[in-house]
Amino acid sequence: MVAPAKPSYRLIIALVLAVVMMVLDQRTPWAAPVRHALGYLTAPIHYLAHLPVDSGEWLSEQTQSRGTLLDENRRLQRQALILEQKVQRLAVLEAENVRLRELLNSSADLDANVLVAEIIGVDPDPNRQEIVINKGAGDNVSRGQAVLDSQGLIGQVVDAGPLSSRVLLITDASHAMSVQVNRNGVRAVLAGVGQSSGLKLLYVPDTADIQEGDLLVSTGLGQLYPRGYPVASVTSVNHQAGTPFAHIAARPTAQLDRASHVLLVQPTQTPVRAPTPAEADNDQ
Amino acid sequence: MISDRPAGTGVIIVTLLLAALLEVIPLPASIDWVRPEWMLLVLVYWVLSLPHRIGVLWGFFVGLYHDVLVGTTLGQWGLATALGAFVMLAAYKRMRVFTALQQCAVVFLLVGTVSLLAFLVQESVGRTLYPPYTILYSSVTSALLWRPVCAALRWVQLRFLVR
Repeated sequence: MVAPAKPSYRLIIALVLAVVMMVLDQRTPWAAPVRHALGYLTAPIHYLAHLPVDSGEWLSEQTQSRGTLLDENRRLQRQALILEQKVQRLAVLEAENVRLRELLNSSADLDANVLVAEIIGVDPDPNRQEIVINKGAGDNVSRGQAVLDSQGLIGQVVDAGPLSSRVLLITDASHAMSVQVNRNGVRAVLAGVGQSSGLKLLYVPDTADIQEGDLLVSTGLGQLYPRGYPVASVTSVNHQAGTPFAHIAARPTAQLDRASHVLLVQPTQTPVRAPTPAEADNDQ
Repeated sequence: MISDRPAGTGVIIVTLLLAALLEVIPLPASIDWVRPEWMLLVLVYWVLSLPHRIGVLWGFFVGLYHDVLVGTTLGQWGLATALGAFVMLAAYKRMRVFTALQQCAVVFLLVGTVSLLAFLVQESVGRTLYPPYTILYSSVTSALLWRPVCAALRWVQLRFLVR
């Protein structure tokens, strides 16, 4: 019988492999194939963990009384009517907006395609705010895509596995994005604090015009999030003498800890480039 | 005569996958703090009972799977779990003669050390928020659950003739 290799040699091999992988994963995209391949094996676990929730929903749907369903149907019909009326106005406004933007020589906003996904997992680590959704690279999900729910922005895809993807929420402590106040266009950086209902605005001077209740919308700067989606509303503004910046807290408009379905925004084409000043002068 | 040909690798993998399921099953946020390291517990059991088969490389791949499952840096749990398996390989003879309380103490130290290693890597990539003593909670629950896990896996091992 051949003597098996000593555990200490195997340990050294494992440690070297692990360290190489960590460096590759952090500094290069070369570790992605390993993650992708293992994704085929981890996604079923997430689907399975979500199964009790799914079957519970199915059961409550099956056992609902006719009266409840009729009530719900009526409510939804009313809601649809209101939304349709809003959409009528939207079409006119959109056309007008495009015309005005053309007059101003700026790039047009493109309508984005959306893909509906279901949340099948939440990161168990309290240090991180991440969720797992049931759409992966097979459904054309890619890293960096913006994720929304019906109320506002939720986050971005950080890892598109083969059958499922991980989404980094805007409330994660390592996440920050550019936003502006809807009322007056003041721009600021919105960062997460690591709790599902908390956000803060960074480096806002004491004199900036930001008030409680202001709606913060995405600016599209940074090329990651689409422009003009609601992100958060300001909950408190504190000016403290002796500190260089105002302390501004905000709450996400999206239902981060309650949403069960999310929308993935798919940029259809590369956005139209804004004309350079020279080109704009030639046109006139 | 009972042959000592290895058998039941599939059963070992299934128990590890069940542990993976317990790692990600949704729990209230307040209980997430005390969620035991299920995969590590199951791996430790198999290392202790089949030290000639289940060792450092199993630890490494189980850790790597854990990394992809919970979305941490590739190799973070791989490194930590491989080291945990190595320590158990060195101590398995002693573990077998320890009393239940002593075994729990060893598991507490092991889970704590392994989690601390993983925490250090996570800290170095800037994805930690809470201080490192928070890993003590899951180490304590892991130690408390060691005996039940052990009993369940012992039953599985005898039932499916894993050797």
